[in-house]
Amino acid sequence: MNRKRGGKVRLATVWLGGCSGCHMSFLDLDERLIELAGQAELVFSPFIDTKEFPAGVDVALVEGAVNNRANLAMAETIRARSRSVVSLGDCAVTGNVTSMRNILPVAATLAPFGGTGEAPFRFDYAAVPELLPRALPLHQVIAVDGFVPGCPPDPDRIWTAIGCLLRGEPVQLPEEMRSFG
Amino acid sequence: MSQTITIDPVTRIEGHATITIRLDDAGEVADARFHVTEFRGFEQFCIGRSIWEMPGLTARICGICPVSHSIAAARAGDAILGVRIPPAAALLRRLANHASLIQSHALSFFHLSAADLLLGMESDPARRNLVGLLESRPDVARNGIRLRQIGQRIVTLVAGQSVHPSWTAPGGVRVPLAPARRDEIAALLPDGFAIVRAGLALLDEIYQRHAAEIGACGDFPSLFAGLVAADGGLEYYDGLFRFTDSHGVIVEEIPPEHYDLVVGERAESWSYMQFPYFLARADSEDRGMYRVGPLARLNICDSAGTPEADRELLAFRAQRSGEWGAVTGSFHYHHARLIEILHALERIREILDNPDLLDHHVRSEAGVNRPTGVGVCEAPRGILFHDYEVDDNGIIQRLNLLIATGQNNLAMNRTIRQLAGAFIKGGQFSEGILNRIEHGIRAYDPCLSCATHAYGRMPLRLQLLAPEGTLLDQLARP
Ligand code: SF4
Repeated sequence: MNRKRGGKVRLATVWLGGCSGCHMSFLDLDERLIELAGQAELVFSPFIDTKEFPAGVDVALVEGAVNNRANLAMAETIRARSRSVVSLGDCAVTGNVTSMRNILPVAATLAPFGGTGEAPFRFDYAAVPELLPRALPLHQVIAVDGFVPGCPPDPDRIWTAIGCLLRGEPVQLPEEMRSFG
Repeated sequence: MSQTITIDPVTRIEGHATITIRLDDAGEVADARFHVTEFRGFEQFCIGRSIWEMPGLTARICGICPVSHSIAAARAGDAILGVRIPPAAALLRRLANHASLIQSHALSFFHLSAADLLLGMESDPARRNLVGLLESRPDVARNGIRLRQIGQRIVTLVAGQSVHPSWTAPGGVRVPLAPARRDEIAALLPDGFAIVRAGLALLDEIYQRHAAEIGACGDFPSLFAGLVAADGGLEYYDGLFRFTDSHGVIVEEIPPEHYDLVVGERAESWSYMQFPYFLARADSEDRGMYRVGPLARLNICDSAGTPEADRELLAFRAQRSGEWGAVTGSFHYHHARLIEILHALERIREILDNPDLLDHHVRSEAGVNRPTGVGVCEAPRGILFHDYEVDDNGIIQRLNLLIATGQNNLAMNRTIRQLAGAFIKGGQFSEGILNRIEHGIRAYDPCLSCATHAYGRMPLRLQLLAPEGTLLDQLARP
């Protein structure tokens, strides 16, 4: 792996259409976060102030399904700028609860905002991103290099996956870490 | 020329949002808006699911407060079954809810905000985060990690796992608490107390460092709302839904299942988060704005009811700003959060001593006895309602979720307008000023995963704005 800046892996964590539970499980690494900070530089994440996904990311862990146009644009940016993209959690891997709305047309999902069939409530899509017709797992939108299932994946799974990635290896989880839910 | 500043995304918050600030021709702030850009639609796709699934399903609304959602969902289920749950189950739910508040507040204070508070709003953005804090204030950062871990560990010991435990259920909880686990929880408490006391000791430094901006960070009169116990004490699980004004006067107090008699919601085309408001003041200048969460809870309660938190509450109330009787500045949310952690630790210690806690009878069995049920609890960010209507088989026909962060929406928008107006002058601003405005949002610890839920039959206001922001047309429905 191409290690930049003092040999540290450039790590990104991204939150698309999910509940942040996968990110909470990542924070549940607790003291291992300090160890991780010694080996990887967090270059993009909900926990830091970078506004734009940077170039030259080694590993991107992505939580959530691709739910709206902003998620889609971000997924494409992540792919273009990262060596290795990993689906973190069931929403990214399968769509999970985020895709439960797929049984309904988008207009029905938005119905509680008001309006009627003929005159639905109109969002200003310059201000908020339009929902996609269906929420999709990440690999239906971009090529994905690894999968960490679970809702959320428990911290040991995440740590195992990160271990592989820090060594520059593909994510390989033992069988008991490959379950959903 | 008029100009729009966009902060996209707002970082170090729990969710997806942008801020736009519009400047007028003179470069002064004309308007500032907090746009929530995420929507997942739980209220629609949960229709047709069974009440038995709702605690597990609605936990997935939010990975930060899954315990609160699952408790509110289970309580709505209790009401539909028409049962009184066993005393041990109520104690266990309270225990898990307090522990979940500890982890969530630790995350907000230490992981997301401490860098602003201790390194400064204008400090290097590349280091203004937990990793930067680990380098410059390692004790504080490590304490934060440990305190959050204590909260998560207690949730795990009670409920089986820290994120999305499937443990609470209509009628009670699924698993009683083993004595060894109670002892392990007890052993975690001294560390928790030491860390939160150390956190409170940082406040002098924090208040001094930010003296110049506290007055501009969401300091305005508003209503405050949340649960109180029957005796007016600080309460997170049961009790009455109380509103007080900024003079501390009680303006409404009703059983929480009647929340829809006092709260309405508006939609705006520029945010996926609605704008709840106090119905009786809908026509006032502030449009019925009220605040919920730590600041509100400490303002509305008569006392905290535990010795250490009551002492801290006195110090907190000394922060009252001048003419109003309540603590009206949103900067004080941080302080309130630390006091609530202290109170939660004290309450957990009490619960562990309760002889009913280890009882094996933790679930009342019943079928569907009522067509509707409202479940309530105080989530870390404020009062949370799950309101369900079911058929005879317990299949959801309608649901409303009234979520804490949504209830702060009007106040969050007002806060960023106040901050932007105070710091952006003559069209001049810096990265540090924009971070101050973001921090105004962080003070509320908004949880946008939670908040982007629609709520049926609300009055609606739709505005059509020209590109430069002038109002072309508007549509209102009562
Ligand atoms: S997989 Fe589960 S924990 Fe992760 S974002 Fe989706 S719902 Fe949340």
